[in-house]
Amino acid sequence: MSTSLFLVQMLNGLQLGVLLFLIAAGLTLVFGVMDFINLAHGVQYMIGAYLAAMFVGWTGNFWIGLALTLPAALMVGLVLERAVFRRLYGREHLDQILATFGLILFLNESVKVIWGAAPLSVPTPDLLSGNVRLVGGVLYPVYRLALIGAGLLVALGLAWLVNGTRVGMLVRAGASDAPMVAALGVDIRQLFARVAGFGAMLAGFAGALVAPIQSVEPGMGDNLLILAFVVIVIGGVGSVRGAFLGALIVGLVDVLGRAFGVPALKLVLSGSVASQAARSLAPMLIYIVMAGVLFWRPSGLFPAKS
Amino acid sequence: MDISVLRRAAAFAAGCLALSASAARADDGVKIGLIVTLSGPSAVLGGQVRDGFQLAVKTLGGKLGGLPAEVIVADDELKPDAAVTKVKGLLQRDNVNFVVGPIFSNVLQAIEKPVTESGVFLISPNAGSSNFAGKSCNPNFFVTSYQNDQVHEVLGKYAQTKGYKTAFVLEPNYQAGKDSLAGFKHDFKGEILEEAFTPLGQLDFSAELAKVATLKPEVFFTFMPGGMGINLVKQWKQAGLSEIPFLSAFTTDESTLPAEKDDAVGDLAGANWAPNMDNPQSKAFVAAYEAAYGFVPGTYAMQAYDAALLIDSAIKGAGGKLADHDALAAALKKADFVSLRGSFKFNNNNYPIQDFYLVKVAKRPDGKYQTEIVEKVFSDFGDDYAKDCQMK
Repeated sequence: MSTSLFLVQMLNGLQLGVLLFLIAAGLTLVFGVMDFINLAHGVQYMIGAYLAAMFVGWTGNFWIGLALTLPAALMVGLVLERAVFRRLYGREHLDQILATFGLILFLNESVKVIWGAAPLSVPTPDLLSGNVRLVGGVLYPVYRLALIGAGLLVALGLAWLVNGTRVGMLVRAGASDAPMVAALGVDIRQLFARVAGFGAMLAGFAGALVAPIQSVEPGMGDNLLILAFVVIVIGGVGSVRGAFLGALIVGLVDVLGRAFGVPALKLVLSGSVASQAARSLAPMLIYIVMAGVLFWRPSGLFPAKS
Repeated sequence: MDISVLRRAAAFAAGCLALSASAARADDGVKIGLIVTLSGPSAVLGGQVRDGFQLAVKTLGGKLGGLPAEVIVADDELKPDAAVTKVKGLLQRDNVNFVVGPIFSNVLQAIEKPVTESGVFLISPNAGSSNFAGKSCNPNFFVTSYQNDQVHEVLGKYAQTKGYKTAFVLEPNYQAGKDSLAGFKHDFKGEILEEAFTPLGQLDFSAELAKVATLKPEVFFTFMPGGMGINLVKQWKQAGLSEIPFLSAFTTDESTLPAEKDDAVGDLAGANWAPNMDNPQSKAFVAAYEAAYGFVPGTYAMQAYDAALLIDSAIKGAGGKLADHDALAAALKKADFVSLRGSFKFNNNNYPIQDFYLVKVAKRPDGKYQTEIVEKVFSDFGDDYAKDCQMK
């Protein structure tokens, strides 16, 4: 196992991590601030990817397409908040889960009606196509590096927004004690709507970023939603910092488990047994980590409510 | 008293008449139940089968074997239990004469018994699992596609003839993935550097592709149907691995090429047919299919078209007598039709004996993408399981 391979796999883990962060950030805020379980968050990621595919197709330019996707994703988020989420805030979690699960089914079918069942694709922008040679001579796609960069920039921006602005202060306050914030005269509904819209935009942004490396198809957000929930359970509900670190942990554990599970187990087991075991263990690894966190730190690594 | 008896007798007679009338109606037309996957990410495949079959019926003037044909389409939702319910509806409510379907082998496992045991013929336009080719072969079950292993064997055979010494194999971690690996190894005798298995539905292959880049195999083989394949092909290109020959089964075909586009051009696959097949019937089929649906047909559509031609020939062979089960079975077995792929006949297990080709993805002058035949790998190729089948 060479160092260059290890480096590449670290980058792959980092890339999955920042992607998960973009989805989990919105999810954790919505969950933390509004105590609202939004299963339809993964669908907003899918809608972002579809919007990007549509806009890039129309304009023929990735950057204009991306610029159009963001406001459109924000709009979708605000409309969903107004039409559906708003009616569910006071309800039980079970009601929220049922309603947003229904939304998943509805929106997955809707994209099929609008864009067809066949997967769509978005070409890599010319500026970011190609590869860079890393130390050790291994090639790495430029686009994936750009994706990591974009994710980290958003993380920095979000950190400033949450910690350095008045809106951020209200969001943090809302996450730790929403009724108190409302009692102090803050329009909490307005705040909720903004957070929900913004979270949808972040998820849509993640979908648009991933469109050039993955196919755009109905149901593409469903798997990531589960990972995003693992992230916020590990990171602590309502905490953006927790979502960031949780996302990096999940991304790295998942990729490194897939990449080095076999050689690691071969140290203790014989060849075919090791590969069999690694094959079954690798997809379970992040859930094992989550179970560990739940056991030792039940409210996550960085809980918003302490 | 007399009058009431008379009335009852009259009612009974009227009932009998009504019954025989409905039986007669079923006799003057043929009903086909088409059960394929039309929802979820794999709906594209079911759509091709439905369109290919209906195109054949339309080309034959709305008739099969000279009888007016009615095609009833059902969606199996890729769920074996849902498929069984739908199939029972087709058999008991619609009284279909033939069932055509499904796409996936796991659905086939569920519907094979209900259909064949009710004395109705089941024609599979795609799924061809090994158990029904061997010990569990059935005189009421016919396949117009292939036995699943054969397509993977084509690529193993090609890699072996090319003299590649080392290979990297990437498979989804489920039964079909393991069968695919076995199929590739059937003829490939070189060293397999790594057999990597990924969870079904994995969409990012960066970790596996990094391993390919460091191991530098002489050839790469994979079986990643649907969205997984689209992602793999894109990421393969982006990872700068294009130097390594990319061999695959069901990964770069006409169902995924509209999304893979340039990224797949030059990739190699195995198939029993390709849209550029050089015979008049195939050329006419491709032109008509594209005119009607706007997409390039894949093997799925071709096999469905052939299934319709097969049924057409069988009804003709039985003199239009749908009630004569034995005559229909004998006529089906003869496969007396001009297949789009040229040579076609049934083995003892009712699976085809046919040619297999190495195909390559190409961009056509009109901007659409299709697979094109490079060379014939197997001639008159039957599957290995036929010897376990008791049928003659």
